[in-house]
Amino acid sequence: MSITLKDVEHVAKLARLDLSADEKTLFTDQLNAILKYAEQLNALDTSNVAPTTHVLPLVNVMRDDLPHESLPVDQVMLNAPDEEEGHFKVPAVIE
Amino acid sequence: MAITQTDYETVIGLEVHVELHTKTKIFCGCSTSFGAAPNSNTCPVCLGHPGVLPVLNRQAVEYAMKAALALNCKINEDSIFARKNYFYPDSPKAYQISQYERPIGEFGWIDIEVNGEQKRIGITRLHLEEDAGKLTHVEGGAASLVDFNRVGTPLIEIVSEPDLRSPEEARAYLEKLKAIMQYCDVSDVKMEQGSLRCDANISLRPFGQKELGTKAELKNMNSFRGVQRGIEYEQWRQADVLDSGGKVVQETRRWDEAQAKTFSMRSKEEAHDYRYFPDPDLVRMNLDSAWQERVRSSIPELPDERKQRYTEQYGLSSYDAEVITASLALADFFENSLSYTSDAKAVANWMMGDLLAYLNANNLELSGVKVTSQGLGEMIGLIEKGTISGKIAKTVFREMLESGNLPQAIVEEQGLVQISDEGAIRAIVQNVLDANPGPVADVKGGNPKAIGFLVGQVMKESKGKANPGLANKLIAELIEKM
Repeated sequence: MSITLKDVEHVAKLARLDLSADEKTLFTDQLNAILKYAEQLNALDTSNVAPTTHVLPLVNVMRDDLPHESLPVDQVMLNAPDEEEGHFKVPAVIE
Repeated sequence: MAITQTDYETVIGLEVHVELHTKTKIFCGCSTSFGAAPNSNTCPVCLGHPGVLPVLNRQAVEYAMKAALALNCKINEDSIFARKNYFYPDSPKAYQISQYERPIGEFGWIDIEVNGEQKRIGITRLHLEEDAGKLTHVEGGAASLVDFNRVGTPLIEIVSEPDLRSPEEARAYLEKLKAIMQYCDVSDVKMEQGSLRCDANISLRPFGQKELGTKAELKNMNSFRGVQRGIEYEQWRQADVLDSGGKVVQETRRWDEAQAKTFSMRSKEEAHDYRYFPDPDLVRMNLDSAWQERVRSSIPELPDERKQRYTEQYGLSSYDAEVITASLALADFFENSLSYTSDAKAVANWMMGDLLAYLNANNLELSGVKVTSQGLGEMIGLIEKGTISGKIAKTVFREMLESGNLPQAIVEEQGLVQISDEGAIRAIVQNVLDANPGPVADVKGGNPKAIGFLVGQVMKESKGKANPGLANKLIAELIEKM
């Protein structure tokens, strides 16, 4: 499997990244190098290993439905680039 | 709306989101209460700060399992969460924790009834996910304001098969789904407050064609009526496009209640690419059969079962039983009334008539009126005993709706007791006959309609309190003697 320039452009668009032509070539090569490195795993015989989605041998890590203290609103707003009346203020998004 | 030229078959599938009424959010202990000050129910987990770990709320999982089992789904014993990646200011992590492969429930169904016909609607899947935040827009469209209180409220998304064929069927499906969620007590299911939300996929195809037509996704239908009307409009719009030789565009459209039209939302043309992948922060769920059985045993009698029992045990018509069981509050009211009277049909008649008429006319729910099941049951008892007439009962019922007082007290307080004393009625009847020689002559001449008029006059004279049976009898008797 290999990454094309088109893949990079698509992923960059989804990630809202504005890449120059040089960067696109650079990242295409780098991503291919990463995939190639990971390809070494294909050499392993996994026919006796069940597929899994998680590496931890844990299931059902859950909590009871009990409330905790929320963060005070002034602390919530510490990371807000802009605010208005207790809201995060962002550039207009109207569908 | 114009009549279209071709007969098309409408194909509808619904995606319904139901907010689960847990006390806390799905992955943190922040409160899910409605109407709190903006961003006051948030913490580093639901705000998506770096380095935090979500921990799953067991109650949310149990509610989702309960809902899935009540909808006849098969539970995936090994179920996982996935990340759905997208950028939008209502999602602080830039992904929503949802389910993709192995949702909690699959392959379910519910039965609906439209125009007396029963139909089974398939449910593709039911999955658990977190809700997004709420956006409001500054006047003039200069900026948007974000409130993250709703982020992380547990939701189940229920996706139907494209089995629905008309706006009426879509509405019946949604109402049945709402009733089942209400009986299971997993959600408040209030469309006005957004705890029940519905999107619809609609396409048309010529009758007999196997392939589905191009669909439009319809959003922003905020009431049951809105769902039906939105789909009706969209059905007509697509037929019109096809009739004029055009093609339906696959897009998302917004229902505008005030204008009674749907509008294209013109979202950017790029296809959605959510890049789902299993969430590494949340380990697998193991919903084993023992847990499933425990949850299954907590499911109460559901609307269809109650409906059947009402028709078999109490002799209600299928329609009355359907209407009463569509709301848990109405069904409970009906059954509680039967502790005070044995006349189930009378209870159903008063509910289907005076009660629902009042609720509909005033746009109220049962919780918005004061009448009690005890009040209705006892009032029916008073009619049976002849203490009040059916006509007086209407006044008493109206009073109960507004004050919640018991019928005996209302009757005594307002002096509404029926006059069954023959002497008293005889005197009133004599007065009425003396004052109405014309109609009396008509009765003698063999016109039975005139008797009705005279009874009406006696009721009027007695302010509705005369026993109508007795009045009838005495009118006939006295005219006979004249």
